[in-house]
Amino acid sequence: MNIAYSTELICFLILSSVIVSGSLAVVLLENIVYSAFILGGVFMAVAGLYLLLNASFVAAAQILVYVGAVNVLILFAIMLVNNKEKLKPIEGLKTRKLISGGVCGGLLILLLRVSITTKWNLPGPSSIGEEATERIGEHLFTDYLLPFELASILLLMAMIGAIVLARRDVLISIDDINDLKNQKSLSDKKIPLLSEKSLK
Amino acid sequence: MLENSIGPVPLQAYLIVAAFLFCTGVWGLINSRNAVRVLMSIELMLNAVNINLMSFSSYIDGAIIRGQVFSIFVITVAAAEAAVGLAILLSLYRNRVTIDMESFNLLKW
Repeated sequence: MNIAYSTELICFLILSSVIVSGSLAVVLLENIVYSAFILGGVFMAVAGLYLLLNASFVAAAQILVYVGAVNVLILFAIMLVNNKEKLKPIEGLKTRKLISGGVCGGLLILLLRVSITTKWNLPGPSSIGEEATERIGEHLFTDYLLPFELASILLLMAMIGAIVLARRDVLISIDDINDLKNQKSLSDKKIPLLSEKSLK
Repeated sequence: MLENSIGPVPLQAYLIVAAFLFCTGVWGLINSRNAVRVLMSIELMLNAVNINLMSFSSYIDGAIIRGQVFSIFVITVAAAEAAVGLAILLSLYRNRVTIDMESFNLLKW
């Protein structure tokens, strides 16, 4: 076993232990702000696994999209809704957690058994390594062109939908609009582009 | 079984990590009472799927790497899902002033 092999093995062990413990911490920790930051760590460890799998482009995309966008969005949502409310206790919560833990453990055992006992078609063709980025570009602009364009339409729809769902309706009375002297206070009220009245 | 692999890390090790991540995500999805944590669990499950796709792409489909293209699409859909999900959560919070999953019964008959 030369030094490259042992380095790869050590990197894999560190990254997978970070993923396993971090995902448990995301689910189990009481404070949700800690969970959100640990989730960012889990995303970065997953990007490290992609680097071990010779996929530098997807690793960079993972860091940019997940850590840079999704995790920041989750942090913003936590800070917008965080009011430290006391949750009402429900009877049978412990048994519910135990039963669902049993179901998830069974699912885990099933998945482990499938992945170990299946005869995978190994070794496949040798990896193309650093040419992967070029190959992904060729795929995206030849045989995966239609899903690529559909993904852009999906992102546009998601953006418009998020704006429509999250905007706050400000109701303005007619008197405020007619009052020409109060133009300044009108601009202070930050009228939304589409209000219910303008749609009717 | 394991001696066929190219590097020191077999394919099954990646699959086991991904399976654990997926099951943790499922447990969190069922048991979280905070709605933001439910969205975080969904992101964990999507990441587990991505690890599976990437490891199959590297070990079995190393020349054509269709799995990497698929995982890019999954990342795109996950970003859109997070944006819409958090927007729904914000408008729910405005209407109900809570993020407890047990108190959301808007769609019950």
